[in-house]
Amino acid sequence: MSNIRKAFENGKAFIPFITCGDPDLETTKACVREMVKNGATLVELGIPFSDPTAEGPVIQEANERALAGGVTTGRIFEMVKQLRQDVTVPMVFMTYANVVFSYGAERFVTACRETGMDGLILPDLPYEEKDEFLPVCREGGIDLISLIAPTSEDRIAMIAREAEGFLYIVSSLGVTGERREITTDLSSIVKTVRENTDIPCAIGFGISTPEQAEAMRKLADGVIVGSAIVRLVKEFGKNAPSEVGAYVRSMTERQP
Amino acid sequence: MMEAKKGRFGIHGGQYIPETLMNAVIELEEAYAHWKDDPDFNRELNDLLNEYAGRPSRLYYAEKMTKDLGGARIYLKREDLNHTGAHKINNVLGQALLAKKMGKTRLIAETGAGQHGVATATAAALMGMECVVFMGEEDTRRQALNVYRMRLLGAEVIPVKTGTATLKDAVSEAMREWTKRISDTHYCLGSVMGPHPFPTIVRDFQAVISKEIKAQMLEKEGRLPDAVIACVGGGSNAIGSFYHFIGDPSVRLIGCEAAGRGVDTFETAATIATGRLGIFHGMKSYFCQDDFGQIAPVYSISAGLDYPGVGPEHAHLHDTGRAEYVPVTDEEAVCAFEYLAKTEGIIPAIESAHAVAHAMKIAPGLAKDQIIVVTLSGRGDKDCASIAKYRGEDIHE
Repeated sequence: MSNIRKAFENGKAFIPFITCGDPDLETTKACVREMVKNGATLVELGIPFSDPTAEGPVIQEANERALAGGVTTGRIFEMVKQLRQDVTVPMVFMTYANVVFSYGAERFVTACRETGMDGLILPDLPYEEKDEFLPVCREGGIDLISLIAPTSEDRIAMIAREAEGFLYIVSSLGVTGERREITTDLSSIVKTVRENTDIPCAIGFGISTPEQAEAMRKLADGVIVGSAIVRLVKEFGKNAPSEVGAYVRSMTERQP
Repeated sequence: MMEAKKGRFGIHGGQYIPETLMNAVIELEEAYAHWKDDPDFNRELNDLLNEYAGRPSRLYYAEKMTKDLGGARIYLKREDLNHTGAHKINNVLGQALLAKKMGKTRLIAETGAGQHGVATATAAALMGMECVVFMGEEDTRRQALNVYRMRLLGAEVIPVKTGTATLKDAVSEAMREWTKRISDTHYCLGSVMGPHPFPTIVRDFQAVISKEIKAQMLEKEGRLPDAVIACVGGGSNAIGSFYHFIGDPSVRLIGCEAAGRGVDTFETAATIATGRLGIFHGMKSYFCQDDFGQIAPVYSISAGLDYPGVGPEHAHLHDTGRAEYVPVTDEEAVCAFEYLAKTEGIIPAIESAHAVAHAMKIAPGLAKDQIIVVTLSGRGDKDCASIAKYRGEDIHE
């Protein structure tokens, strides 16, 4: 069993996202430790990209700040290595295909394995193009996470059957960012997923309040929260770790 | 003819887009496959191209330029004479008609210089569709006249402030908008780029340029040209100019990239000269990028060529050596802009002036019985203020 699946074994998973290097890698590291201390069961680390086409303004700006601060893929691997001295929950990267392609897929996956990363999410790599990276990820023991969108419809079964690690269910149309309400019929998507795989599924995009998290937990195996955390990092800068920790606690403590 | 795998040109192309958009591009691919050979669709499109856009465009023998340069005979393919002033209308009328057949009521588009935005706004006005155009904020300043034209035509123009606030950011924002609203909206992409099937659809709608050049050339000269020259940003007028000559090896195909202040500086947009293989905006192709795959902030005096990538079919034509790609600097393009105005009484778009500049470079070295065709992709009225500024003259009120 992959390390990622273990994150879903004890109740529902809470999966926070953070953009690495915003405002600097020391703050990112401290935030990750706070998130884990306060109930995160899996952590999604964003490697910034200059042109993140699936992100809303909050994460776009975080990417710009991180890149302006000089963060690189290599320095992020260094940070992961240091985190792995004490952080044991599974961690996955979320970035864009060109970041991996440019680093060299094999070199990237090798570095993932050596530093202790467990998976990779690439929002611009749909089912049709996954062969670009899947063979090398499999060889390196890194789960390539698939996404399902509200528009996936007849594609859900096909994607679910070949999914690895966990399935990332995109809650709403559009890009990442907090939303007042989520109107997609998620229960029917989850039902189709369940009919086709026993891999856990987590819902992300637009979730920011404990009430939303609770509602999503009833539907799926886990909840992913990104923009709300990134916004805290923007607001509090180097002082963000304790704020992020408190926020993660507020989102996880309703857990049954 | 060269798609080995679906949506691929050699190793280039593909569909590197969010899952949210996959069914939309599949729907588009199916609709295009259904309509592209439909006689009624083609009759309707041809009527629009001929009666509304003013096709076929002229193939004009530039006699004064030919004599002045003293070498090859130079012909200009006058896409600048199309309605809306550029080749962009060829593709837009095709896509807008296709979108209508698909039941879409809203067109969104990106634009650099504003020519594609103006063409899309025009087609939307004609066909009674809603229209939203994304344009880099920097470009809305450089091309204020086109912003006004789009609004006059009833489109909403959204200035994009993210990143470098130029064409690549406008493409990103249009893609984001499409993921928000798919059911009634068609993304009318303006160049031979993005995910499959766009590079193929846009090429097919622009291929009318080379189809006409071939027929006109045979009529006027009784033979094929020795070279066809066009400017390349994403590469839509260039692929349109090349397409029907790809199978004619005697015809040199030359794409002119915007070198900005030079390919040895960071202020360039010459993708094939300075870029590397990468994955961005839905396609695998060549991109200007740094060592870690971050897309480079590119620069050119031309807002229409100011893009860090190139269409996948061009990347493939470069790989196979079938087409040549050469960099042309701002200064060379501005000189060509002025030269064509004075010599032939034609003010070309600054984008097209990049192709004119290369023709000026190679024509004198060619024999007098050789023939060059230069595609004038658009007219230059929109550029007068910024070229004046480049020359140190402020003509704004």
